[in-house]
Amino acid sequence: MEPEPSMKSLRLNNNILSAGWMLAITALLGTALMVVVNWHSQPYIKVNERQVLLKTLNTLIPASMYDNDIVNDTVLLQDMDLLGSENDSLIYRARKNNNPVAAVMTIIAPDGYTGPIALLVGVNYAGTIQGVRVVKHRETPGLGDAIDIERGDWILSFNGKSLSNPQATGWKVKRDGGEFDQLTGATITPRAIVQSVHKALRFYRQHRSEIFYIEPTTTE
Amino acid sequence: MTDTTSGNIIKQGLWTNNQALVALLGLCPLLAVSSTAINGLGLGVATMVTLVLTNMIVSSIRHWIKTEIRIPMFVIIIACVVTAIELLMSAHFHDLYLILGIFVPLIVTNCAIIGRAEAFASKNRFLHSTLDGLMMGLGFTVILVILGAVREVLGYGTVFRHADLMLGEWAGQLSVTVLSDYQGLLFAILPPGAFMGLAVLIALKNKIDRIQMARQVSVESVGVTFESKN
Repeated sequence: MEPEPSMKSLRLNNNILSAGWMLAITALLGTALMVVVNWHSQPYIKVNERQVLLKTLNTLIPASMYDNDIVNDTVLLQDMDLLGSENDSLIYRARKNNNPVAAVMTIIAPDGYTGPIALLVGVNYAGTIQGVRVVKHRETPGLGDAIDIERGDWILSFNGKSLSNPQATGWKVKRDGGEFDQLTGATITPRAIVQSVHKALRFYRQHRSEIFYIEPTTTE
Repeated sequence: MTDTTSGNIIKQGLWTNNQALVALLGLCPLLAVSSTAINGLGLGVATMVTLVLTNMIVSSIRHWIKTEIRIPMFVIIIACVVTAIELLMSAHFHDLYLILGIFVPLIVTNCAIIGRAEAFASKNRFLHSTLDGLMMGLGFTVILVILGAVREVLGYGTVFRHADLMLGEWAGQLSVTVLSDYQGLLFAILPPGAFMGLAVLIALKNKIDRIQMARQVSVESVGVTFESKN
């Protein structure tokens, strides 16, 4: 009778061990597959993402305006107060024949109705807005999300605006006595964006030479 | 349930054991993504592809899997398939990825996938498992599209908006404005609208089943009364 329990536990041990091996091998195979797929996909993904970015940038700065590699000609600058992020903000620079023609700033409107709103602000060299786009937001569907170009034209109302058009008092929504429309049922969202775009323009005026003449930051 | 003829697999997937209406699996992605018909279609197709692939894999290795560790095995397989799909889509169908991309990781959270691996693919033949994945996925997709369409009409007054983004230029004509100059019912687009919409669909399905059953019962009971002279 003695050997039986140990036989039993031996068999149990074997069972557990082989199950463990099987799991380990599956995990290894899975990981190997992921490595191969990832290794195959990464170069394609990089190219695709670059093209998407370029397409977005071109809606703000038409491709005919510049001849440099705008996706890689970037600089990182940090200004919590005016650019809305405690991290570095990425700025794309457009040049023609090596003369600066425009810049696209990525900024954050920290005080959206449901969290921060990420924006792209394109300005030409003189400081007039070429266009603004919402990159990322979580505003209420049907109300605040009309800031998205897919959902409404409101964001186009920034085109052609600058620090002198309108004056500082006009850089508010109409409800606050400014020149910009609010959205039906949403005032907080447009208010946050108008303020942030205004701040970005002030940042641009203060730092224009830095923006264009600092050596490019590689963002690999 | 043991009836695994092709006809029964199709019926189970589309109606009797519909993952969204009866099994109530995969509710998280279902409710989160069904705000428009096209979103629903996107998630549905992505889920269907995953379900077919995982069912195929699980079924073909079903004899080697030890029962004690089958669940972690399924998890590894599903996670790998979903990640591979996401990466390959991003690499080769980037436009589609930009629209569906957010849905693909959501599939991992869809219990319907592991549910089918456990309940069907681990016990059945390769071809039957493949068909099961396809039909379960299709049943899920149909419900997603219907729910999405209902919420879209109520919420935005349109159907199949942005169809061109997913299906190509020609699909732009699919977009129908049902109610023009419509202010939109915000409730339908927000999460409570998803719950209510799904509840209505489940109720409808139950109603149809009830009516069918009543018809059968009345036929049978007529037979019974006749025989028992009551």
